[in-house]
Order: sequence, then C-alpha cells, then structure tokens
Amino acid sequence: MLRSVGAATGNRAGRVRRVTEFVRGLRLWFAPQRVREEGETPDYRFSLANERTFLAWIRTALALIGGGFAVDQFLPGLAWGVRAGMALGLLAAGVLCALRAVNHWVRCERAMRRGEDLPVTRFPTVLSLVVAVVAVVMVVVVLFGWEGGR
Amino acid sequence: MTGPAEAVQERDPGLQPERTRLAWRRTTLACTVVAVLAAKQAVHDETGPAGLIAAALCLLVWLGFLRVAHHRIRTLGGAPRPAPMPVRAALTATLCTIALAAFAVAIVV
Repeated sequence: MLRSVGAATGNRAGRVRRVTEFVRGLRLWFAPQRVREEGETPDYRFSLANERTFLAWIRTALALIGGGFAVDQFLPGLAWGVRAGMALGLLAAGVLCALRAVNHWVRCERAMRRGEDLPVTRFPTVLSLVVAVVAVVMVVVVLFGWEGGR
Repeated sequence: MTGPAEAVQERDPGLQPERTRLAWRRTTLACTVVAVLAAKQAVHDETGPAGLIAAALCLLVWLGFLRVAHHRIRTLGGAPRPAPMPVRAALTATLCTIALAAFAVAIVV
C-alpha cells in the first residue's frame, strides 16, 4: 500500500516512505535474525550476487578513502584548505558509500526474501557526479595551483 | 568433506561461490592497500608513540577485516550451496572501512 501511495503522489509521500524504509532497514542491521524470519530463502546464487555487489561497493568506498589519503599525501604543494577540503570530501564520500553498501545489501536481501522488486536508487548517479566534480576541481587546482605554489 | 566425484557433480556451472570468493579477495587487497597507506602516513608523519599507536590501530582494523574475509572465504569454499553472508560480516566489513576513513580524517585535520 505504501508503495502505491509513494508512486502516485509527489515528493512528500515518497520522501516519507524513503525515510521509513531507511529506518526499517537500519533496525535490521542490528537485529540480523529478523532478515531470516520473513519470506522464504531465495536461490543461493541471488544471495551470492547480492554479496558481490556489496563487496564491489565496499571496494569503491575503499578506493575513495585511498583517494583521500593520496590527496593529502601526494599534493603537498596545495594550500592546506584546498587539500583538506578535497581529502575530506573524498573521505566523506567513502563513508557514505560504505554505509549505503550495507543498507542496500540488507534491503535487497529482504526484497528477495519477500519476492518484491529490488529497491531502486539514485545513489550511483549522485556518486558519479560527485567524483566528476572532484576530478575537475583537481585538474584545475593542479594546473593553476601548482604555478601559484612554486 | 565431499568426495571429488560428488563435488564435481554438485558444482555450480556459473561458479558463483568461486566468484564471490574472489570478490572477497579483491576487497581484502583493496583494504590492505588503504591500510598500508594509512600506516605509512602515520609512521612517516610523527614516529613518536602517537604514530606507533596509530599504526597499530591500522593493523588492528586490517586484521579485523582479514578475519571476516577469511571466515567467509572458508564458508564459500566448504559447501556447494553456501549460506548467505551473515549480517554481522557485512557490518564488520563496513565498520573497518569507516574506521580507516575516520583515521584518515584524524590525519588530515
């Protein structure tokens, strides 16, 4: 029922539904046995595919965090503010990515057990836009900030 | 333990457990790279007691991740139809990732 409401009306109901979904997913993190209680166990191959997706997102998070380290370590010529800002941005993206990985994994697992559609998300779009912006900023800063620094 | 004949017969033609195992290995490798970056920076910046403690913490986080990955890889290798990943394993992997990020924030700031 909630789903049809979210689809029919505009932003507000959809947002409320998303928040409720998120809170319910959050509860599942800390009461893992409840995931197993509902629905029926899906084909093990689907669960393994879901697990691999989770791991791929964790790797993405680790890569972003490694990027944060790299910015801090390998661009010492930059002003502290710019360097710290870019590093913190990458690190925050990494943390978000890790949290989202586990949340999405739980939601997919639950949807498969219940036989529902898999959850859709615009997180990949947001993440790729953020990465693109950071890359452009880095190019600009390296090109112009370098000359200013030396 | 299953005999070789039985194992061959029950093997998943899509090699799903193997692929998942390799995904865990790749992720462990990525975690190792980040942990090494972190430890290097900690020791490089200030080789006092604080730096050593920070490096030891990195090692601890890395060992935690390694433990989860090792357990999961063993589970995946054991059964022809492995059980789904426990939520605890997912949470531990995520927490290790976030711990490395928190560590990086502490270094940057």
